[in-house]
Amino acid sequence: MSGLVRAAPEGTGPTASTTGDRPSTRPSTRSGTRPSTRSGDARRRAGRVPSTVVTLGVVSFLTDVSSEAVMAVLPLYVTAALGMSVIAYGVVDGLVQGAGALVRVAGGWAADRTDRPKWVAAVGYGLSALTRVGLLFAAGLPAIASLVVADRIGKGIRTAPRDALIAAAANPRNLGRSFGVHRALDTAGATLGPLLAFAVLWAIPDGWTTIFVISLGAAVLGVGALVLLVPDLRPRRAAWLRTHRTREDRGLPKCKGCTCDAAGGLETTGRPFSWSFLRGGATVRLLVVAGVLGLLTVGDGFIYLSLQDRDGFATHWFPLLYVGTNATYMLLATPIGRLADRVGRGRILVWGHTLLAAAYVCAAVPFPGAVTTVAALVLLGTFYAMTDGVLAALTSALVPTAVRATAIGTAQTVTAVTRMAASAGFGVLWYTFGSVDALWFAAAALAIAVPVCAYLIRGGRLEQDAEAVEQVPA
Amino acid sequence: MSGNPAFRGRLMFAVLTLVVLAGTAWYVAADFQRARAERNAPTQVEVAEDVLDGPHVLFRGTAPGDLYGRVAAVALDDLSGPREVTPVVCDRVSGQGSTTVCLRTRRGVVTTYEAEVLDEAWRTTATWPLPGVPSRTRLSPDGLVATTAFVTGHSYSQTGFSTETTVRDVDGTEVSGNLEDFTLLVDGERVAPVDRNVWGVTFVDDRNFYATVRSQSLGHTWLVRGDLTERTLVTVLDGVECPSLSPDGTRLAFKRDVAENGSATPHWTPAVLDLGTLEITVLDAEQRTVDDQLTWLDDATLLYGLPRADEPGTTDVWSLPADGTGTPAVAIPQAWSPSVVG
Repeated sequence: MSGLVRAAPEGTGPTASTTGDRPSTRPSTRSGTRPSTRSGDARRRAGRVPSTVVTLGVVSFLTDVSSEAVMAVLPLYVTAALGMSVIAYGVVDGLVQGAGALVRVAGGWAADRTDRPKWVAAVGYGLSALTRVGLLFAAGLPAIASLVVADRIGKGIRTAPRDALIAAAANPRNLGRSFGVHRALDTAGATLGPLLAFAVLWAIPDGWTTIFVISLGAAVLGVGALVLLVPDLRPRRAAWLRTHRTREDRGLPKCKGCTCDAAGGLETTGRPFSWSFLRGGATVRLLVVAGVLGLLTVGDGFIYLSLQDRDGFATHWFPLLYVGTNATYMLLATPIGRLADRVGRGRILVWGHTLLAAAYVCAAVPFPGAVTTVAALVLLGTFYAMTDGVLAALTSALVPTAVRATAIGTAQTVTAVTRMAASAGFGVLWYTFGSVDALWFAAAALAIAVPVCAYLIRGGRLEQDAEAVEQVPA
Repeated sequence: MSGNPAFRGRLMFAVLTLVVLAGTAWYVAADFQRARAERNAPTQVEVAEDVLDGPHVLFRGTAPGDLYGRVAAVALDDLSGPREVTPVVCDRVSGQGSTTVCLRTRRGVVTTYEAEVLDEAWRTTATWPLPGVPSRTRLSPDGLVATTAFVTGHSYSQTGFSTETTVRDVDGTEVSGNLEDFTLLVDGERVAPVDRNVWGVTFVDDRNFYATVRSQSLGHTWLVRGDLTERTLVTVLDGVECPSLSPDGTRLAFKRDVAENGSATPHWTPAVLDLGTLEITVLDAEQRTVDDQLTWLDDATLLYGLPRADEPGTTDVWSLPADGTGTPAVAIPQAWSPSVVG
């Protein structure tokens, strides 16, 4: 019995909010529920982002402060303190990016299989926190390089389970908004981390260890917040309970006082994990759209470089260009998530790429100066707000709960891998035709691809309701 | 303290937060005190005057204390002797006659990077921003300035590293733009690998130079000969990094990656290439990995910086005979980025 109770924690969990939210086609047989008040409560609750989502946002905030503080100063540390150039450090990087993308699917898969996304995510966060301990004792480049690798594997492991937790905790109707809130906090951490690290170096010129200590502290708090504050949501079990309302459905004896509580092979885990979600028409459609758009999304690095190639303003502020992008992303993630819930997440995801095209144009036009630089950064930040969290929300709503984390991981991997391919391909254009022509080309390709993708997802083809899929017990 | 798990979790998190914050704050305060004490302590080096008037070696001083990071000079005939310390702080430095090029990190919450040209009174005559961590610089007798900076990402999402190497006139006007945009000719054929990076310029004259071009995807690290007028980079040899032309113009000193295949990190050993015969002498008397653009003290001796293993931030400049006949020795203690000014 205790297992069933834990699946519905304190009214903020998934079962409670989604139960109340559903139209009362299937009257609850649980005693003591008054349908009218429940739906009223639910409506009020739907207006709020669940505390679990905010807590997960804080976890990401702390973890990003921790990792980005280190990543930002690592090149300086390697040159200034270790007396080496960054070349050696860059060697491992490309390899790691690929490995990180694959680990993502594995992390999602593990979360789905065990139905314990919290603890899979905790492994990922924990691994990254451990690398901070290692950093305090690391001497020399090989050690640091391996720690960077371990850190990114940790990031790969945790991302999909974490997003599955958000999806499980959030009201399905405002998934976009919940992901928006999470991404805003996440990005705030990514912005603050480097600034904090440089402030430390300003006060303590050789304060590398201090940065590592702060980074470790933030990472420990992040893991602590996850382990101590986030409920151990069991999305698959909760979905099963949602679709098996009656005691008969659940295979329980009719009377409550019966002692044969767990008898009869009680199976509360619902439909088992299966890769067959990859055969679903809507899922494939989403992955294709994500892949096509990913192939036309070149790294921000190229935009920053071409801005910097073009004018002194961008060169002088080069280390800060990312702050402009992140600030925009942070501010717009929540309102755009909300908008996505209202007008359709697929639509926002696809049309967000027109802003990316506009950012390319801003970086390509021959009008150097602050205005086009700032415009490019704002467009880029808005693009991220319209795509990153929205993709996770879209995927979560599209697939059955049992495969949610894997599906999120897969969609993110498709995006990451196609973006890496895009950067490589764009690099060829960049060196063959020059930065300006290459950017115009990418913008033009996007201008063609966006309407095509919009056509592919027309008429809410990506807005399929996962709950409908789960109506029928397996 | 009821059995409510949520309450217990919150309480434990509050305790954890207090412990972590207190611990971190204590460490930050202690380290700040230490750093301030170190920075204000007088640097323990023997100081002299008039060194700059004669032939000297210019470098960045790395002896801890109030003179840390200041550009200093020792007499060419007494490298380990007393040093004259200038008011300028630089990460990398290169001198020629009375002109000095200085690459610098401007620290702050907003950390920026810049290159500066200074005259004999250490006044700034030209300055321009750099897009990342300064790495190499060379000032030619003809008044050309080459700078290499690492353009590194600030986030996970950016892959790899990128260098920006440019050649400017000593008054700051652009001569080459980013050398990556030059036409790269491999065995006479034009190639454009996506991930090429150029670094480590050494000047031949006011038009020609040698440099390194690396393409990770093609798996090559080429020595190239550059032409500022034709805007071309022509490959000479594979496996040559960070060249440095000898004063007589007949040899290139460089670092050679001798790490085994599949090693995650490189191991660089100093080597010398005879430009006439293309014969390479590997100077494996130096067993440590050397990640620096070597400098010629004279036609027979190389200088390069190495970090001290047990003292982070402190480095020494070492010397090594260029013909492979001798062993390395400390030439200038507590120094970095040497530059011979005749």
